[in-house]
Amino acid sequence: MSLAQFVKKQSGFTSLNITYQRGETVLAWAMVSPWVAGFLLLTAFPMVASLALSFFKWNILSPPEYVGLANYHKLFFTDPLPVHSLKITVIFSLASIPLNIVFGLTIAMLLNTNIRGLAVFRTIYYLPAILSGVAVAILWQWIFSSDFGLLNTALRVFGIEGPAWLGSKIWVLPAFVIMRLWSVGGGMIIYLAGLQAIPTDLYEAAEIDGANWWQRVFRITLPMLSPTIFFQLITGVIFTMQIFTETFIMTDGGPANASLFYLLYLYRQAFQNFKMGYASALAWVFFVAILLLTLILFATAKFWVYYEAESDEDN
Amino acid sequence: MTSRGAGLNMRQIISKITVYLILGLGSIVILLPLQWMISTSLKPLSHVFRFPPEFWPQKIVWSNYPDALNQLPFDLYFANTTFIVILCLLGEIIVSSIVAYAFSRLRWRGRNALFIVVLATMMLPRQVTLIPEFIVFRHLGMIDTFWPLILPSWFGNPFYIFLLRQYFLTHSRELDQAAVIDGCSRFGVFWRITLPMSKPVLGAVAIFSFQFHWNDFFRPLIFLLDQDKYTLALGLRFFQGTFGTEWNSLMAVSLVVMLPLIVVFFFAQKHFIQGVVFTGYK
Repeated sequence: MSLAQFVKKQSGFTSLNITYQRGETVLAWAMVSPWVAGFLLLTAFPMVASLALSFFKWNILSPPEYVGLANYHKLFFTDPLPVHSLKITVIFSLASIPLNIVFGLTIAMLLNTNIRGLAVFRTIYYLPAILSGVAVAILWQWIFSSDFGLLNTALRVFGIEGPAWLGSKIWVLPAFVIMRLWSVGGGMIIYLAGLQAIPTDLYEAAEIDGANWWQRVFRITLPMLSPTIFFQLITGVIFTMQIFTETFIMTDGGPANASLFYLLYLYRQAFQNFKMGYASALAWVFFVAILLLTLILFATAKFWVYYEAESDEDN
Repeated sequence: MTSRGAGLNMRQIISKITVYLILGLGSIVILLPLQWMISTSLKPLSHVFRFPPEFWPQKIVWSNYPDALNQLPFDLYFANTTFIVILCLLGEIIVSSIVAYAFSRLRWRGRNALFIVVLATMMLPRQVTLIPEFIVFRHLGMIDTFWPLILPSWFGNPFYIFLLRQYFLTHSRELDQAAVIDGCSRFGVFWRITLPMSKPVLGAVAIFSFQFHWNDFFRPLIFLLDQDKYTLALGLRFFQGTFGTEWNSLMAVSLVVMLPLIVVFFFAQKHFIQGVVFTGYK
């Protein structure tokens, strides 16, 4: 189902013989006007402006100087850091997003087994998902401390001497992945709601037919939940690629640029070096990279995302 | 889901116990960082660096909290943050619900096409527009004021428009029509019928907005310079830069900054969870 079809179906007026009332149309445009103004001023114009700016060299103070594709040439060929930071941002996302989905789904499925104390468990697992930003970053910096940190103290209980985490070029990315797993409850809540919406007669029929637990999970639960998982995957890509506060606070991109995520590099170019043209080129490359990833995911959707047979009923 | 009744056999009992065991262990893992935070915040600095680390503080120093909080004007940061959060929240609720009403309850040409644009902007990473936005606010002389943080909220937020529209669509159209026949204006319908019927989703939007702006670090970092205008997130970052290894003070201040969120979460948990559920539903 395409996005346009989806919006149309959902909005409840699919029939063609609607008569629009003039008064209603005028009122509607008046009501959406703040968003239209915001879209033009805060999205459309800045996007075009930043594309234009990416062909200039500009430090804000002196007049901009047209440099053609020089910023893009630098970005891809002479400055090694943009490609490096894009690479580690993608690697981090490729590790973090699937792990969050698998853990979120697993916990949701365990919670959905008629257990007592569901509300208590749900509260506990969801709590970290509401916390983010500087305070959480500082907390995790302390947790990852190599000698006195919680993680290595816990590992010592099992006789393992943990690495220096944030001080290690190898372990700094896994550290960020672990930190993001703490807020797995955000996705879990959504999966749990999705699981509770699956009609129980599907499972009953499957059980009568002799399907075992694995078959029920892979033939009923996961297909029924696939639109929700897909939505989480798309928003996960956009959200995870934009990691910034954690690196800024915990590692400042280090050690040796091993956690120099893309936005941190963009921030430095734009707001510390005031290279506005170069930073605009960086921003556009980032936008296109996220768009490409999203489009690839949308292209795979038809192989694994299952939509229920559509009815023609109007709302 | 499975047959609950009398005959619980051995296998079922074992699988139940396994489920509780995994969930229980998971809960401990989830809660440990918070326990660690509280425990560190109450230790004297000399105990923070004891090896092996103490899990529970051997000596409790309550004065860590006032001592740390008095190092910087956190009351001012608190006031600044509260001011920004309230104005953003009001803007987002008021404007987004007005826009969402037109996208769900009114019939007009171009409605669905325009809504697809709303959905598309939801997907846009804000950093693409950030540099021109910064330049524009600079031209308007608004750098180092709260305006760049508050103004965008008064143009409607695509994510909240989406949430509110989904909810408004579930109301029956007959009710609107009956009210119009009784002489209620279209705007009156929105104000007197749609909004009062939408308290759960409005609560969810309020909570999301509060949560986002309370935690926000990136935009204050870019738009605010003067220490008198710092938000809590910036103040905390400044504190970290100054007292980098005093982990007991850092944990105390971080915990205080998180506290309003945790309190709101416990009081409005239902709205939180309901809100997230609205987002998950296609």
